[in-house]
Amino acid sequence: MADTIILEVERFHPERDTEPSYQSFEVPLRADWMVLDALNFIKDQLDGSLAFRWSCRMGICGSCGMTINGVPKLTCETLLMDFAPGPVRVGPLDHFPVVKDLVVEMDDFMAKLQKVRPWIVRKDDFKPQREFIQTPAQLEAFHQFSLCINCTLCYAACPVSGLDSNFIGPAAIALAHRYNLDSRDQGQEDRLDIISQHEGIWDCTVVGECSTVCPKGVDPSLAIQQYKLTATKEWFKSFLLPRGKN
Amino acid sequence: MPQYTTFQPKPYRPRMSAYWYLDQWHYLRYALRESSSFFVAYFCVITLIQIATLKAGPTHYAHFQALMRCPVIIILNALALAFILLHAVTWFLLVPRVALRQVLNRPTPDLIASTPNFMVWFGATLIVALFILGVF
Ligand code: SF4
Ligand code: FES
Repeated sequence: MADTIILEVERFHPERDTEPSYQSFEVPLRADWMVLDALNFIKDQLDGSLAFRWSCRMGICGSCGMTINGVPKLTCETLLMDFAPGPVRVGPLDHFPVVKDLVVEMDDFMAKLQKVRPWIVRKDDFKPQREFIQTPAQLEAFHQFSLCINCTLCYAACPVSGLDSNFIGPAAIALAHRYNLDSRDQGQEDRLDIISQHEGIWDCTVVGECSTVCPKGVDPSLAIQQYKLTATKEWFKSFLLPRGKN
Repeated sequence: MPQYTTFQPKPYRPRMSAYWYLDQWHYLRYALRESSSFFVAYFCVITLIQIATLKAGPTHYAHFQALMRCPVIIILNALALAFILLHAVTWFLLVPRVALRQVLNRPTPDLIASTPNFMVWFGATLIVALFILGVF
């Protein structure tokens, strides 16, 4: 087997280019290298101007998401060897504005995330004197949705996100669902108002790719469909009992 | 006073191709699944016409039967049947997505959640087939 591999990397310079183009680099093909290692090799040895994000190198920080051969992946968890003999195409995440090369703008995602209030909301003036104990069953209810690392691979895989920029999107809804399922939280009603709008759960047409590409085993598609059931039940309740909410 | 240019980001905003569903097989599969709804509507219309002609009398029904034997309609119906099967299978496989998968406090495997639907479907098909074959 060859001991090098070609990486075709998408380049875009905001001051010079009107649209991205590909640049090829020959990098060593090592059995223990991830795609991120190859990108770091390019930056260190071949072209220091290449821009990309990364931090933890262990699938925790969620910053190294890119499109590899058309599929959104964490580059620190994707073996270079899997693409031998190559070439491997590396681009920025789809459906996001590109700031430079492989770096995308996350502002819109951050705003959507904030909108769904992904934190514990209390309506009373409850002041815990000690930890708010969770039983294993209560933890199990929201555990998988709490594993999200905000890598946004699910947005890049979701065609609805690409077609409708107002769609709140998979991860934000999964995280809202995570707090709704938390026995300590009291913010379900507020979140439902935001998420049961058209740009929320009803924009989703169950493509299901968000769950397929998620590197942490979160199932955003399931969260959205469960949320649809909740929203429907709440609608019927408010229709049949317009005065009382419960 | 230092002279500098403030950062004015000019990000590239990619536009999604009108043919995005041809990019990957799973997107194409999704597009086929969604377009199968058209054939569901087509079969509903055909069934309504069949009932109307049946009600209108033997002459009308004979016309309907003659129309159904026309090669173009046979090809269209075969295509519609293929799409209806795709629609049914993909819909039943989606059941675990829309139904709570917690039975006995454990996540239920997708196939187990879909199986009852497949069983009801096959059971209903068998009853209709036996009825058409004159067993009842
Ligand atoms: S749900 Fe999964 S793919 Fe989406 S942002 Fe969270 S970890 Fe990433
Ligand atoms: S570098 Fe942190 S997830 Fe890849």
